[in-house]
Amino acid sequence: MDLRDYLKQNILILDGGMGTLLQERGLLPGEQPEGWNLSHPEQITAIHQAYYDSGSNVVNTNTFGANRLHFSDEELEAIITAAVDNAKNARELSVGTQEKYIALDIGPTGRLLKPMGDLDFEDAVSVFAQVVKLGVKCGVDLIMIETMNDSYETKAALLAAKENCDLPIFVSNAYSENGKLMTGASPEAMVAMLEGMGADAIGVNCSFGPDKLAPIIREYLRCASVPLLLKPNAGLPKSVDGRTVYNTSAQDFASITGQLVREGVRIAGGCCGTTPAYIEALVKNIGDTKPVVIEKKDRTVVSSYTDAVVFGETPILIGERINPTGKKRLKEALRANDIDYLLNEGNAQQKAGAQILDVNVGLPELDEPAMLTKVVGELQAICDLPLQIDTSDPVAMESALRIYNGKAMINSVNGKQESMDAIFPLMKKYGGVAVALTLDENGIPDTAEGRVAVAQRIIETAAAYGIDKKDLIFDTLAMAVSADPQAANITLKALRRIRFELGAHTSLGVSNISFGLPKRDIVNAAFFTLALQNGLSAAIMNPFSAEMMKAYYSYCVLRGLDLNCESYIRFAQSVENDMTVVDRTESAVTESAADLQSAIVSGRKEQAARICASMLKETEPMKIVSEHIIPALDTVGKGYESGKVYLPGLLMSAESAKAAFEEIKKTLVTGSSENAKCSFVIATVKGDIHDIGKNIVKLLLENYGFDVHDLGKDVPPEAIVEETIRLHAPLVGLSALMTTTVPSMEETIRQLREKAPWAKVIVGGAVMTEEYAASIGADAYGRDAMDTVRYAERINALITA
Amino acid sequence: MIVKESFDAPEWDRREIARYARADADDPRIAALIDECIGEAEAVLDYRVCYTVSDILREDGKLSFCGISSDSSVIAKAVNGCEKLVLFAATVGAPFDRLITKYSRLEPSKALILQAVGAERVESLCDAFCARMNTQLEPLGKSLRTRVSPGYGDIPLDMQLDVFRILDCERKIGLTLNESLLMSPSKSVTAVAGIGAARHISGAACADCDKKDCVYRQ
Repeated sequence: MDLRDYLKQNILILDGGMGTLLQERGLLPGEQPEGWNLSHPEQITAIHQAYYDSGSNVVNTNTFGANRLHFSDEELEAIITAAVDNAKNARELSVGTQEKYIALDIGPTGRLLKPMGDLDFEDAVSVFAQVVKLGVKCGVDLIMIETMNDSYETKAALLAAKENCDLPIFVSNAYSENGKLMTGASPEAMVAMLEGMGADAIGVNCSFGPDKLAPIIREYLRCASVPLLLKPNAGLPKSVDGRTVYNTSAQDFASITGQLVREGVRIAGGCCGTTPAYIEALVKNIGDTKPVVIEKKDRTVVSSYTDAVVFGETPILIGERINPTGKKRLKEALRANDIDYLLNEGNAQQKAGAQILDVNVGLPELDEPAMLTKVVGELQAICDLPLQIDTSDPVAMESALRIYNGKAMINSVNGKQESMDAIFPLMKKYGGVAVALTLDENGIPDTAEGRVAVAQRIIETAAAYGIDKKDLIFDTLAMAVSADPQAANITLKALRRIRFELGAHTSLGVSNISFGLPKRDIVNAAFFTLALQNGLSAAIMNPFSAEMMKAYYSYCVLRGLDLNCESYIRFAQSVENDMTVVDRTESAVTESAADLQSAIVSGRKEQAARICASMLKETEPMKIVSEHIIPALDTVGKGYESGKVYLPGLLMSAESAKAAFEEIKKTLVTGSSENAKCSFVIATVKGDIHDIGKNIVKLLLENYGFDVHDLGKDVPPEAIVEETIRLHAPLVGLSALMTTTVPSMEETIRQLREKAPWAKVIVGGAVMTEEYAASIGADAYGRDAMDTVRYAERINALITA
Repeated sequence: MIVKESFDAPEWDRREIARYARADADDPRIAALIDECIGEAEAVLDYRVCYTVSDILREDGKLSFCGISSDSSVIAKAVNGCEKLVLFAATVGAPFDRLITKYSRLEPSKALILQAVGAERVESLCDAFCARMNTQLEPLGKSLRTRVSPGYGDIPLDMQLDVFRILDCERKIGLTLNESLLMSPSKSVTAVAGIGAARHISGAACADCDKKDCVYRQ
């Protein structure tokens, strides 16, 4: 019977452990078990057969670590072919009369993906794709991705399986003692991502016995709408007389696992330490138990690489600040590839209370797919909020969704057939919750009924693509009330009907309502409260707006959504502080230039920014820089060079100066000024993922007025050369931490000499020395960050002279 | 057999953190920054160890354990007089690395302190693990010798390949080895320590180390 059909009506029994049984048969510690498919086929077949004989419906091929990171292509093909043959032989030999399937077993690569590790996401996809293709060619019945302890690698494996076969795909994760994956994902976040991507079954294996996995699989039962899989260990191992023994007996294992099957688990087997006896006991325990009907949970959920955000009664705040529309400073940052500025915006919005971040980097002159993918990746390296990917370019949308770690929000789809045909297939493939705008080929309907009708059509079309209403969030389009006095009423009426009659979630870009009016925050906040009262599930808004946040916290407290008023009280306290800050700023005329210098020297960041802002009212920006900030930096720099100031102190001062500079940048139209120095291209070389040192150098160079272009870490020589040529940059700084990456530093210098001979190259990093730098052809060795600044200043002086 | 264990947070040593950061622990700004970093780190630190105990075989001046053959004089010295050793891997987890990455982009001063926090944490974790082992060894009249790690002295870094294969670190504690033989999560240690007749344990001491020009030497 087709496995998907079988699963609809039946409980599916998996096999048990392989490793422990192989060790009993002589597999040495550290020996690769996959090799036994070829060297001991009769042993592997016997184990599979024993599982079939004990009642397993599915056996996993002995291919857990079979991939090209561990084996050559020829070895891999031979191993997988033999592994599937062994399972097929066992199926032939078994006396069991149950339905029997063969699963291609896929375990983790053993490497951590970027940004935490060094394995590229697409490389991981291709490693898994090769295994899937081989398994499919050999005739397996399903793909079993298991023991994954990182969400990103799990996504890579599932994507590879989806792209290379139509077989059922089961995905199982291994959790740590804290109830999360090793890289931090919660069960709820994993359910959101894996269900969204369309796994046929999901679940939990390894780590512990069934007793300790019970709370995790119960969490899956609470959240998931697909069949669930459970494959626990036989408890914990201990060594008895030199043999490894697990502390949960077959009977105990079977009774706890059987109980979880009666609670709703659909697919059950065993992992480390379990044997055919455990499976036999489990089959007996389950007997003719009828499978529990799988309930559709109707939860609207997005996730980051760690956490899930659920749309429900408490409204969700989506920070709108990473969007260049009308933001000069952000546009400038995007053009200058200054990703750090965007990261700071993201971090600040999270601190201000945003629960999801909207990310829009659309500027006509930028390569949007490349920039969006880059920004999404970089934000996910530093921020654990789910992201809302905001672009009208389907190519950019797909490339960002592909590398997104979790289940993203998609901004947006609308009632135009073209839009739905572009976005729904992407949702089907990568998962996601889409903001659906209630407009279509005829524009925005000017009645609430018209907008509801568009929403209905969107729901129907989505259903045809296999996408559920719960993954759509309707935006009934706030329009300027200054242009149409009925604008707010229409929007709110449509909102209410969609939420309460169609039963779908809703969202609004709240601030559009006040377009054309003065003091817009006042109207925005009132409209926000009205919308919340009319069923708004989420708002795309500015979390730095005090008026909006006041409306939000008050609404939550008044609607009984804020237990003990805790969130409101915490917020109210910060409002008080803000007002004090405002007051102090108003009376800050006495905070003088000397105070700015001392704030920088002693590393008081907020104070430095505040004094600088107030000085800007009366003093020329460049005067503040040359007469106050630079002297303060020099004091600290000299202190550092003479050993009186330590590196953390130097950095705290540099960050304070940067905060002051940010204030100045706000007042300048462009970054150019009389004080600006030459451009400086900086990067950590290819193969190296360490960038703290490079970031420190960058910070100080920026402080001293250099036009720094940071290419990031693990940068190929060609990219460094290209940027140097593009800017005709006189200075290039290269960093490497490891001896193994110095050759790519040397290669970068070689290419620079050939194609950008004017550039001076300074190198630094833990492995570098003066002699080493000279031997690979660098112009200079930067002992530390200040040393690099001094060198750059000398070169800059030569150019200016 | 590979055993995996988790640990509660070992006691904090702020002076040690300042020493790793090469900062002045008595500077109130630094002290405040260290406290702030500890506060954020505590929420994400996750202390895990996996280990195995092996006999030491000696032949032709070489020794071997867990199927690894070694002619390192540093290991030979460290396990001198021991018949067994413990091979272990310890990590404070990937989420902590994310915290370092975050501040490396947003506030390098905090990234620097967090690097030091990580170094102090993983060393303290190793100490806690060794203390736990010693408690188990005490009734047998045994104790652990000073631990040494791949990459230290004449112990080749590529021994990491064997260590990871034997301890199954990825599956047991989520620790991986990248192409350059560096560990991810980065705040991790692999080491061997001899199990010998009980004696007073001095811990890992700078005085025993041959690298006399080390900036961290106490």
